[in-house]
Amino acid sequence: MTGKPLISVRDLSVHFSISGPLFGPKKIVRAVDKVSIDIAPGTFFGLVGESGSGKTTLGRALLKAVPITGGQIQFSDNGVSFDLSELSKADLKEYRKRCQLIFQDPYAALSPRMTVRDIIAEPLEVMKLTSSREETDERVREIAAKCRLNLEHLRRYPHAFSGGQRQRISIARALVCKPRFLVADECVAALDVSIQADILNLLNSLQKELGLTFLFISHDLSVVAHTCDHVAVMYLGQIVEIAPTKKLFATTRHPYTKALLSAIPHLDPDAEKTAIKLEGEIPSPINPPSGCKFHTRCAFVQDRCRNEEPSLVVKDDGHQVACHFADELMGKTG
Amino acid sequence: MVDTPSTVDIADDVDDAEAERKAKEAYFTAGQYALIWARFKRNRSAMVAGVILVIMISMGLTAPFLSPYDPNIAGRDETYQNGAPQIPKFWDENGFSFRPFLYTLERKRSAATNFRWVTTVNKDERRYLYLFVKGWEFNIIDINLDLPGEDFDFHWKALRVETHLFGMDVGKIHLFGTEAAGKDIFSRTLHAIYTSLAVGTIGVMIAFVLSLMIGGVSGYVGGWLDGVIQMITDAVRTVPVIPLFMALAAMIPDVWSAETRFLFISVILGLIGWPTLARRIRTHLLTERAQEYVLAAKLCNASAGHIIRRHLLPSFSSYIIVDLVISFPYMVLSETALSFIGLGLKDPVNSLGVLLQNVTKVDVLLNYQWYFIPAGFFMALVLAFVFVGDGLRDAADPYAEHGQ
Amino acid sequence: MSRQLISVRDLTVRFRTDEGLVTAVDGASFELKDGEILGLVGESGSGKSVMAKSLMQLNAGNTVYGPESRIIMRDGENGGEIDVLSLTSAQDLKMIRGGAISMIFQEPMASFAPAITVGDQMVEQLLLHTSMTKRQAKDFSIEMLNRVGISDAEQRFDQYAFELSGGMRQRAMIAMALSTRPKLLIADEPTTALDVTIQAQVIDLMKDIVAEFGMAILFITHDLGVIAQTADRVAVMYLGKIVETGSVRQIIQAPEHPYTKGLLNALPNLDDLGAPLTPVAGDIPSPLERPSGCVFHTRCPQVIAGRCDAEIPEIIDLAAGHSVSCFAVPPPVEASV
Repeated sequence: MTGKPLISVRDLSVHFSISGPLFGPKKIVRAVDKVSIDIAPGTFFGLVGESGSGKTTLGRALLKAVPITGGQIQFSDNGVSFDLSELSKADLKEYRKRCQLIFQDPYAALSPRMTVRDIIAEPLEVMKLTSSREETDERVREIAAKCRLNLEHLRRYPHAFSGGQRQRISIARALVCKPRFLVADECVAALDVSIQADILNLLNSLQKELGLTFLFISHDLSVVAHTCDHVAVMYLGQIVEIAPTKKLFATTRHPYTKALLSAIPHLDPDAEKTAIKLEGEIPSPINPPSGCKFHTRCAFVQDRCRNEEPSLVVKDDGHQVACHFADELMGKTG
Repeated sequence: MVDTPSTVDIADDVDDAEAERKAKEAYFTAGQYALIWARFKRNRSAMVAGVILVIMISMGLTAPFLSPYDPNIAGRDETYQNGAPQIPKFWDENGFSFRPFLYTLERKRSAATNFRWVTTVNKDERRYLYLFVKGWEFNIIDINLDLPGEDFDFHWKALRVETHLFGMDVGKIHLFGTEAAGKDIFSRTLHAIYTSLAVGTIGVMIAFVLSLMIGGVSGYVGGWLDGVIQMITDAVRTVPVIPLFMALAAMIPDVWSAETRFLFISVILGLIGWPTLARRIRTHLLTERAQEYVLAAKLCNASAGHIIRRHLLPSFSSYIIVDLVISFPYMVLSETALSFIGLGLKDPVNSLGVLLQNVTKVDVLLNYQWYFIPAGFFMALVLAFVFVGDGLRDAADPYAEHGQ
Repeated sequence: MSRQLISVRDLTVRFRTDEGLVTAVDGASFELKDGEILGLVGESGSGKSVMAKSLMQLNAGNTVYGPESRIIMRDGENGGEIDVLSLTSAQDLKMIRGGAISMIFQEPMASFAPAITVGDQMVEQLLLHTSMTKRQAKDFSIEMLNRVGISDAEQRFDQYAFELSGGMRQRAMIAMALSTRPKLLIADEPTTALDVTIQAQVIDLMKDIVAEFGMAILFITHDLGVIAQTADRVAVMYLGKIVETGSVRQIIQAPEHPYTKGLLNALPNLDDLGAPLTPVAGDIPSPLERPSGCVFHTRCPQVIAGRCDAEIPEIIDLAAGHSVSCFAVPPPVEASV
């Protein structure tokens, strides 16, 4: 990776304590546990995981929407840099102008009682980025046109729109303050296939046009495969594999990633049924397994996996895996 | 005859399509109040109730104008006490008259009648009804605060008017009859509606402001503060109303004027009415503040004030309006009940409870049934409020899934 | 040769709403045989859920069925037939709902009553539809829970729905649906809310069940990949109309209708990561603005101006079992004898 990464995360931990018994020890949910990633500017960085993997929490931590328990996050862009782990209130306000979130549920993300114009204009008005109403309207129209919303739509209320259109309004709202970094939290998961493709194309073209950087969170590997430059796979709060996309799909190393890939239903009814089926359920993040967190479901588990936690090791250029036996398993199905 | 589409038909089609397009656009650009109103309009009983409500409220507000006589002692008719309702006629054996009229009543008493007043009806002497007559004077702005302590008195009269909607050329007309002292029940009823509306409004306003503040803080802040406030709310809710009012009634010094008493009752009703609405506001805030669009606003550095104003308040303003409309009749009925049992307003104030106080005598029940007419009016008023409130409640959340 | 179980003919479902009469399903017809998995594919707004609920008359009170609509179901072993839409008495409908037809939903949390244990709900269903005693029902339910792969079935029987994970809840729902041995299982987006690894497990489970119980499944989803791996036949719906029906290979490998082709092209293809995604152009019209003529013409890349916006295309039978309704598809040449 050339140049400084836009976001640099080192050993980030986000732990939530939930109430346990009255006088006993509090239970801790390790939603994100010592995660380190680097997001290069102008790229789509994919974050894949199933429920309980902590990907949503990681995304929100990068926006400082949840408190950080440990570790560091560094944001640098064009001379401006923030250390998110210790951020003053004024700096936080500045940072918020540069990063935004696109939500998953298009029906819950828009205030039903505001017109589309007001919804899109809100970041500008709250953060005082424009000096007059005309300027605000101009910016709103500009970004709405980019998201294929016309003037008529601006006067309407969200109840008049379909899921895909609402997602476009959400995107317009996120982009209107000209951010540098966007966290797209499962933003196509609630959409139908065709509309999903439409939104992904829109995000792609916006990224090229405006030079944005995306953290693309999804549980859908095929979507991530098509959209992202780099992919990181998370399991129970930890990153198990990071690689450039093509490498990840060509030479998958971690057993969990292999299982994920083989679980995707093939479009060809006659395709070879590759056999890695994961047994059991994802363990609870309150009581994670010892050693390698994936060992309870891994088909290749050994004694070492139960006792020793693997760390993320760099293999060849750019490919990182957290598995004791990644090299040995290279030849296995995947 | 070959059927060719005429230009008129095409124009009609275009008009239809245009009208449909306009209707759809109206739906798309409708804010929440427009949607609520559209839904409310479709509820026939609520619309009828709404019309009745508007009529009755206007009657209450223009009570002095509509009443031919002063409802207090000053306007009483000494010659017609406990008199039956007098309905003007248009026609009798002496002929037809466009102008409605009444017969003259003559009273005589003598030794022959044991010195009791005997009334005879003189069918030949007609008295005619006129519109927009000059009558007793009243002021449109008439504020008369006689609060305890000399410093708090406030009197302001302005815009003196003497015209009334109808009146007689000679003598008086009593559409609903009179009561024991000769006061016109029709005038008293209209003023009673006004009083009840006033008490209800003050009570509801106080309850509303209190519940907004208390429920708002509770719902928005959450945590332990919410828990404490909820305990206080529950405590207030369990206060028994009648014993409370008995204690207060005993406490009120006699020197207080009717207006002060009236304000006091309204304030007390408001103070015990806030818990229900506060709880609703709190619940609603707790749900709304977890909504994703609130998080989106927070990520734009929106202050708490902005979020409350722009996102949270509009989300429950419809519920508040519904609650206000629904609580209104309860306030009116509470005041009526309290006044009826003597704990609230007293004579000479005109309110339904006071009017009904006189009804408890057997004499009245047997002989002067027209004393009950105000009760019918009030039933209509309360029912109208309830129907409108119900209709509003059904229409209230245009964004919820309506499983029709 | 398996027998025909259910035949939907010309089903039209409209709803009376604030905004007028809204058409959700318009003249849809299809058939389902014993032991067959029919995949019903469509995006949101296509009417697939409404159609599924119509099979049990589960739609809301403001539903208006078309006068020509029939849902004919085989009744008993002797070949009798009943028209589900003509049933009115609660007793008859009870036999259908949960008895002959069972349904599982997308949100398993929403299907279980939160304050009653899973076991109690399963037993209740059995007591309603069979003549088992409570003891027998409990034993049978635990056996069903085991059958669907829930470990510690005895323990799970006494747990509440929120204590189970998403995948387990879905399995429990399948167990509950199957315990009355229905002839038809309607699965409305059963795997959409699940993680992909759990989804694979549930799909396998459903295929095993079909093999074992010989029941038919109406599998509703918008995920073509799941359909490809699960269904025998597929029906594609758009805005309330079935636009194409065929075997899964015919639909996936040789689609004829422009909408089906569009859907398949919009899917990200893992074998060719560089290829661009091509969505179907435009947005799905709101149900208040149904297009005239062919419902798809506003977004169709093969639209024939003057014909597609004026006339509704008839259903054409192509190869065996493959039918499509589209003007752009040439009807098969009549084989001259």
